[in-house]
Amino acid sequence: MKALLRAAVTLLVLVAGWQALVWATGLPRYLLPSPLAVLDAIQRQAPLLWTHGLTTLAEILIGLVAGVTLGGVSALLLARFRTARRWLMPLLLVSQAIPVFALAPLLVLWLGYGMVSKIAMAVLVIYFPVTTALFDGLRRTDPGWLDLARTMGASPASILWNIRLPAALPAFWSGVRVAAAVAPIGAVIGEWVGSSSGLGYLMLHANARMQIDLLFAAVLVLGLFAVALYAAVDALARRALPWQPDTQPAEDANP
Amino acid sequence: MLAMTPLSVTISRARLTYGGTLLFSDLTLELPAGRTTCLLGPSGVGKTTLLRILAGLAEPEPPTEVVTGDGQPLAGRIAYMAQQDLLLPWLTVLDNVLLGDRLRHRRPNPARVEQARMLLDRVGLTGRERDRPAGLSGGQRQRVALARTLMEDKPLVLMDEPFSALDAITRLRLQETAAETLAGRTVLMVTHDPLEALRIGDRLHVMTGRPAIMGPALEPSGPVPRRVDDAGLLAHQAELLRRLAE
Repeated sequence: MKALLRAAVTLLVLVAGWQALVWATGLPRYLLPSPLAVLDAIQRQAPLLWTHGLTTLAEILIGLVAGVTLGGVSALLLARFRTARRWLMPLLLVSQAIPVFALAPLLVLWLGYGMVSKIAMAVLVIYFPVTTALFDGLRRTDPGWLDLARTMGASPASILWNIRLPAALPAFWSGVRVAAAVAPIGAVIGEWVGSSSGLGYLMLHANARMQIDLLFAAVLVLGLFAVALYAAVDALARRALPWQPDTQPAEDANP
Repeated sequence: MLAMTPLSVTISRARLTYGGTLLFSDLTLELPAGRTTCLLGPSGVGKTTLLRILAGLAEPEPPTEVVTGDGQPLAGRIAYMAQQDLLLPWLTVLDNVLLGDRLRHRRPNPARVEQARMLLDRVGLTGRERDRPAGLSGGQRQRVALARTLMEDKPLVLMDEPFSALDAITRLRLQETAAETLAGRTVLMVTHDPLEALRIGDRLHVMTGRPAIMGPALEPSGPVPRRVDDAGLLAHQAELLRRLAE
């Protein structure tokens, strides 16, 4: 509760600073709208923001689920099969050298102006952090646990499922947190390149028509999505790892 | 109490080189059936490697041979207990004791669960079945590890400095529990604590030198666990310390 209050105070100070800057410099509305003007835009354009927001939200969520699933399965395959490691690891690393954003026009060309190309974009940016996080976690199992499992006659598959995977879950959830943070970026970039709806589309449109207050409103909605998504993933991670001691908040809670 | 007749195991002509250095060759270690053999020695002498060879965790170097009393291979017939408790933090105490069954995809059957509860009872952890390992003290965690080892119910029990991470008093108590619960089994315990070996060992070997040689067996008299203030035990301790320092 206290943390929330602190965040609110910080936010309030930043917004007040923004308003003061607009008052002091007298910047025109089409360069930097005041927070009040943005608020006004949100109110006036609520239905528009809502429909476009829903499109983007759907892209982000579907992309996140698909990307995390794909990344998780890939990491498990890489950890389980030596052949997969030898053939796919270099490919995985090289694929990261290609800027995913450069592929966006291609994705739009192949998959069309609809949601599919944006979901694919989100999946591409999510896939790597999830795969590497889980794969790293799977490789760092306590050797003592592996020794114990081997003396108990466990098969490699059983060790992967019963020991290495649960032990890697904290690392996996770190990857999912990163994925939740970058998923909105993937979706919006996809929308910038070519689309007929979504917050990215709305931003470009508003920018072209000098509706900077609407642009800010769209950014704000996107920011809210990102924060809500991160909080949801964080809460999910805590529920999934009740055995994982989390000392950080306890330390921060002390004044 | 025991499900099987005790097994004798001998490792002979054992050879180990590490990074080009010969640690030992032509070494023999006998583990008589139903007795607890303690292996003492300074760090780096190769005693843990001997234990790991028996556990199937280290590849034996030729011409090392492992021979069992019944001529059958040792694989699948050992239970292993390490210096760390190796409890899985995401499983409850009871599920940790039943880990072997879980790893071998055996269905959780009520008889096994009942046996696990009984073993937890024997190591003094009644009522802690549903707790997670994080809620236990170091001594309690090692007690769970002991129960897990007993749950495996294997003819040969291999223990690698199982109590060395514990404080003195906790260690003495656990030695008593271990001696009582392991009685009648073939046990190999690697330790660097002469007092520990004298309290619970039937036969004690000191391994020293480079290349290392296996000292003759020292067989303290009297039933285990022996008392810490036993006069004979203290005399043996002086002898062991002398051999270790050689």
